[in-house]
Amino acid sequence: MNSVLLAVIGVAMILAGYVLYSKYLANRIYRLEPNFTTPSHELTDGVDYVPTNKYVLWGHHFTSVAGAAPIVGPAVAVIWGWLPAFLWVTLGTIFMAGMHDMGALWASVRNKGKSIGALSERYIGARGANLFLVVIFLLLLMVNAAFAVVIANLLISTPTAVIPTWGAIVVALLIGQAIYRFTWNLAAVSVIGVVALYTLILIGNQFPISLPETVMGMPDNAVWIIILFVYAGIASILPVWLLLQPRDYINGLQLFIGLGLLYGSVLLAGRDMVAPAFNSNVPEGTPSLIPLLFVTIACGAISGFHGMVASGTSSKQLDKETDARFVGYFGAVGEGLLALGAIIATTAGFRTLADWESVYSAFNEGGVTAFVDGGGSIMNAGLGLPTSLSATVLATMAVLFAATTMDTGVRLQRFVVQEAGDAMRMTVGKGTATIIAVAVALGLTFGAGLDGSGGLLIWPLFGTTNQLMAGLTLGIIAVMLLRRKRTIVPVVLPMVFLLAMTVYALFVQLGTFYRDSNWLLLVLDLIILVAAVWVIVESVGAMNRARQGEGADDEEVERASISRDGSS
Amino acid sequence: MTWFARFSAGLKEFYYGPYRQAFARAKQEEDDLFMMLVLSEALGVPNPASYYTAELLPVMYDRVHEWHTRMGLDRSPLDQFSCCC
Repeated sequence: MNSVLLAVIGVAMILAGYVLYSKYLANRIYRLEPNFTTPSHELTDGVDYVPTNKYVLWGHHFTSVAGAAPIVGPAVAVIWGWLPAFLWVTLGTIFMAGMHDMGALWASVRNKGKSIGALSERYIGARGANLFLVVIFLLLLMVNAAFAVVIANLLISTPTAVIPTWGAIVVALLIGQAIYRFTWNLAAVSVIGVVALYTLILIGNQFPISLPETVMGMPDNAVWIIILFVYAGIASILPVWLLLQPRDYINGLQLFIGLGLLYGSVLLAGRDMVAPAFNSNVPEGTPSLIPLLFVTIACGAISGFHGMVASGTSSKQLDKETDARFVGYFGAVGEGLLALGAIIATTAGFRTLADWESVYSAFNEGGVTAFVDGGGSIMNAGLGLPTSLSATVLATMAVLFAATTMDTGVRLQRFVVQEAGDAMRMTVGKGTATIIAVAVALGLTFGAGLDGSGGLLIWPLFGTTNQLMAGLTLGIIAVMLLRRKRTIVPVVLPMVFLLAMTVYALFVQLGTFYRDSNWLLLVLDLIILVAAVWVIVESVGAMNRARQGEGADDEEVERASISRDGSS
Repeated sequence: MTWFARFSAGLKEFYYGPYRQAFARAKQEEDDLFMMLVLSEALGVPNPASYYTAELLPVMYDRVHEWHTRMGLDRSPLDQFSCCC
């Protein structure tokens, strides 16, 4: 099959989902009210609660949720063939991710902009809130550990990306100075920043940098992982204006440019898919498609992390409730398109089936490296860029996504450690909390050996934790709908499917870890399994209570009917 | 508003928006430190610059209540100034 046709079908399906299904959800299920007074108006404080233009808010939301995960997941999952990954990404985006993200926004907006954690206490019960804290801690831990390994492997497989990766930090530092110290015009700074970043890519392409194979008895990827954690620790303590803010900004611009380049190249190159639609010749040791596909691709199909962003920050800035359709659902569409791009790059970007099979020689082997190689080849064919330069562009893009998520992840983990300290009546300083956050993630990364393989081994565990989080969010939405006596089928069907696949995957992995005597992952798997069963029991109980008419949201139903100017 | 002005405003919001809370928190910490310096003499801490900071006291008194509640003190720690009963 031709990749252009697949791209056109995929994009058309996802856009049709936005036009038709999101309209149905907005009008019939969530019943978004244009006159509902959103928290951004009701609680305006100029800090958290700020009514924001829907296009700008979509930009914030999309760049916050799009990290390395929509690239890593599909790039690993195409080992079962491109068709299962394609169907899961497109149908998942249409019927699950968009519904979930829009629903999380709606649920939070109807509760004064509260986060999913706070909502779980109200709708699922106090135990639900404790569960939420456990899940969020594990999720951040896994993001930090897994992304460090992804970046280290990319820097080794694409040494031309080393200069632009670290150079991007210098560019971000200069942008921060230019804006705050010299008060330059933002548009001009943005153009200079993007030009500087791409110049670094050109320089990096000429001067690849590799570490010696062993440094002080450690393999090169272990050294990169340690350097990355030291960087993330420092970055998370520095004032945000100095590094994180300009870095996130330039990365956001890079995301739009990268997506444009990738889809433009696919259209111009018109490559055929060399990988099989269904891969019957999977390498030995590859787990079965069902259930692992549905947890390997989390971001890009449905992801609990989106609910955290939607209810954490986006809901507080929503100008009108009806904007939830564009910000939430279309945000998921953006991420679905990124995942679709990754599927095409990793299956159409190779010359022959044998080439593709040699890259996908074992489960977890293809991954982002396949995205960089395959995507590089498509960009070479489409835009005429030299293959090595194209690979450097894509590797830098993937590294920057992962790195910005990682330094934010370490920062958030620091807050979690400090909050846990407060709960135990201990004051944990900024430095100590950062060291604890980094040390725990490092321990997990090196838990399965000095080569850092623990970081990637936990990737499917990241998927399951993330899906669990999504299940919790869908449970809250279902309870809210039941209390309003509305149909819950569009929410409950995906929830049942998701939780069934997650629990199934956890059992499959439990067996694998036991056979491999991998006790660290076995314990983590058990914790997540207990949490999953807990989510199911609590959600079913809460839904039953709601169905029997307990705790009807009278106050909110009334508020919904009151328009902004006070008339009913 | 021209399209360029609108684009520019959107770009600015895209840059500043995600970090609004972090800036507000940093500003608050800075203000609290400043408040502590200005009130140091009243709190019994010798301050060589009190000749200058004394001039700021009337301006700062308005914010004392907010400050001491944020510091975890139910009542005003200043003997000569009680903002809440």
